[in-house]
Amino acid sequence: MAAAEFDIPEVKDTIEIPKLREGAMAHAKSFIAPKPVQDFMGYPHELGEDWKERALDKMGDLLGKYRSLKVFLDACVHCGACTDKCHYYLGTSDPKNMPVARQDLMRQVYRRYFTTAGKLFPKLVGAKELSKEVLDDWYSYYHQCSECRRCSVFCPYGIDTAEITMAGREILNHVGMGQKYSNEILGKVQKIGNNLGLPGPALEDTLLGLEEDIEADTGVPVKLPMDVKGAEVLLVTPSADFFSEPHVESLIGYAKVFHAAGINWTLSSHASEAGNFGLFNGNYETMRKVAMRIRDAALELGVKRIVVGECGHAWRVAYSFWNTLTGIGYGGNDPFSIELQKQLDHNYPQPQHICELTNDLIKAGKIQVDPSKNDDLVVTYHDSCNVARASRMGDMPGGQFIIPRELIKSVVNNFHNMADDTIYESTFCCGGGGGLLTDDLMEVRVKGALPRVTALNAVVQEHQVNFMATICAICKAQFTKVLPKYGFDMSMVGGVHQLVSKAIKLEVAEQAD
Amino acid sequence: MIFAGVFYIATLLLVAGLVYKIFDYSRTPAPLKIPTTPAPTTQSGVVYRMAKEVVLFESLFKSNKWIWVFGWLFHFGLFLVLVRHLRYFLPTIPEWLVFIQPFGMYASFMMVVGLAGLLARRFLVDRVRYISTPSDYLMLVLLLGIGLTGMMTTFVVHTDIVALKEFFMGLMYFDVQPVPTDPIILTHLALVALLMVIFPISKLLHAPGVFFSPTRNQADNPREHRHVAAWAARLDQNN
Ligand code: HEM
Ligand code: HEM
Ligand code: SF4
Ligand code: SF4
Repeated sequence: MAAAEFDIPEVKDTIEIPKLREGAMAHAKSFIAPKPVQDFMGYPHELGEDWKERALDKMGDLLGKYRSLKVFLDACVHCGACTDKCHYYLGTSDPKNMPVARQDLMRQVYRRYFTTAGKLFPKLVGAKELSKEVLDDWYSYYHQCSECRRCSVFCPYGIDTAEITMAGREILNHVGMGQKYSNEILGKVQKIGNNLGLPGPALEDTLLGLEEDIEADTGVPVKLPMDVKGAEVLLVTPSADFFSEPHVESLIGYAKVFHAAGINWTLSSHASEAGNFGLFNGNYETMRKVAMRIRDAALELGVKRIVVGECGHAWRVAYSFWNTLTGIGYGGNDPFSIELQKQLDHNYPQPQHICELTNDLIKAGKIQVDPSKNDDLVVTYHDSCNVARASRMGDMPGGQFIIPRELIKSVVNNFHNMADDTIYESTFCCGGGGGLLTDDLMEVRVKGALPRVTALNAVVQEHQVNFMATICAICKAQFTKVLPKYGFDMSMVGGVHQLVSKAIKLEVAEQAD
Repeated sequence: MIFAGVFYIATLLLVAGLVYKIFDYSRTPAPLKIPTTPAPTTQSGVVYRMAKEVVLFESLFKSNKWIWVFGWLFHFGLFLVLVRHLRYFLPTIPEWLVFIQPFGMYASFMMVVGLAGLLARRFLVDRVRYISTPSDYLMLVLLLGIGLTGMMTTFVVHTDIVALKEFFMGLMYFDVQPVPTDPIILTHLALVALLMVIFPISKLLHAPGVFFSPTRNQADNPREHRHVAAWAARLDQNN
């Protein structure tokens, strides 16, 4: 559906902090989830008489369950250090997109109903009644936060606005104001097995088609197996990898890596999705249900290792939460987690990121690559927020920055980083994460991409960079849509395994077999 | 005598409020591993990270040099001033506390300069002005008031320290003594009492809060250790 017209921001040489423009993005409203979508999720689809009590009840419930929420709502001193850290503020200049102001939308209500000071002197401490206007603000601005955690890096107490946004969306869901995009996807993944809603047979066809393409292209019969019992590795990857460009190029890359290394692997039709939008909505039970598909598939197929494809928030959920939610990992001492953990091969981290796997194979000489195959490219790397600030790779802090770069540098000859304050843990979100990757939020997405585009533009000017690699399905989809608005070619963005795919030598492993 | 009552009540509210808050924070579970990465992978690493945050304001240093300079001047000054104040509450004064006295005196300048800088930012920077509530200004004014009245007593019109100490020692042993009567020290004390009362119900909770912040106090080891909150563990049993 066509969104309203808006101006594309001008790309300057450096990222500038704009002057406030109040209400600049108040009109941006993601579509509300209709009845069938909300019904499936067990949420109401419209505000009832008692919405206010329901909202406050839910808030009380969450305050009791999440220390993060309670401490973050209390601890902020309004120092202002985070005010210029959010890409949505930098791109839209709407003050309510400053992290602390976004938190304050909830904090004002928290203070009014849950704190002594706010009950006694609401005006003094900025406490406010929960009104329909406040609720509308929540809906609007909690869907202009990609839960990227950049603000959390810079806050002296680590206050993570993403936690507040998640709680806000959870409360909105409970009063009947769900977001269509995320909740539809959560329905599809639970009913069909993946976010795109591809049924098993369609998936099988696609994989066969890809196998033919690869063979035609390389002359090597690289397979994309599905539901193979007893395989060593279960690969769980975002469903965009099966269908979207440029994602599919990375899927081909993973397949070639497994083939070249002689690893017996499989996809699962039951768990044909690594993404987990339960994260975005801040609902533990939903996130757990969606993650359980992976556990079930792993038990069913009897695999020894679980590897995750290129997806940012999926990697956060996998790395940081799977062990908690489903027992995929180590160190469990309860029957639930032991059941799975005794099946897994303890020589490998569980779950493992595909970049960890490929990088280890290259370093160990188990697969060969020829970086000159990518000599037409000058590459930069976009750290995806969930990988950078909410997870890790390898065995030391910061491995999530080192390993993908090591891997890229082993398969390409020309690599340049973007400016330091826009990469690593200071990376700027692509602008489409956290459940915002929908056309009805296009203005937010385009404007939110401004800081990243500014940094990219600088290396394009200086080093003639013509390819930005990334390991997130959302980043890829967002950039292919948004970069053209800023005058860049959409094929400029792609996966790390897209580069691996071009450089990998398939024949060598054939001989070694 | 009013002051004796005021200080008993203020102390009670401060202690009870803080104990309750700390108890409340510690009983509220953190069901998921959410350290802001890169994060230390061990518990001792976490202690080191936290120490850098509390002593050096490391994250703040990364994000904004002006706030860091003023904020750190204020807090470090405050810390020295408070240490110096121990002399009113200890029966005998240890060697190191004697040593620290002059530093404590001049630290009050750090504190006040820091506070003034922070207050100026609230007026001058449009983003900070936008997020400031009346209480944010008043908190700084209150602390400035305490600092300035204290400095008046130290540098301009001295008070009877011996009598003051007797008053506070008396309070501590439930043997109420007369309080010195000059207006400046009385203002100092009244403002301090107010600060004590609002501490547990205001943003000053950042002081205990920082230690409970899951993004800073968790080790990054979710693949190696299974972390499950009690309310979440119950879900596993239904499977
Ligand atoms: C564990 C001890 C403490 C730590 C780590 C700490 C840390 C911080 C940090 C990092 C800030 C933000 C930067 C700034 O504006 O200065 C801050 C602000 C503030 N702190 Fe603390 N603090 C502590 C204890 C205290 C105490 C005991 C008080 C008061 C009696 C206090 C009063 C304030 C005030 C009023 C602000 C807000 C300043 C403003 O308005 O900009 N802090 N604190
Ligand atoms: C019950 C608690 C307190 C008592 C009895 C007290 C008493 C005093 C006295 C008697 C002085 C004058 C010292 C002299 O003449 O040499 C003073 C100074 C001062 N006070 Fe307090 N005060 C208290 C709490 C505080 C607090 C909480 C703060 C800060 C927030 C503070 C900040 C200052 C400052 C900055 C000075 C001037 C510098 C110095 O002499 O250390 N006071 N205070
Ligand atoms: S989490 Fe990211 S998008 Fe949300 S407020 Fe913080 S910086 Fe902005
Ligand atoms: S940096 Fe942290 S404490 Fe400061 S205003 Fe932002 S959220 Fe509040």
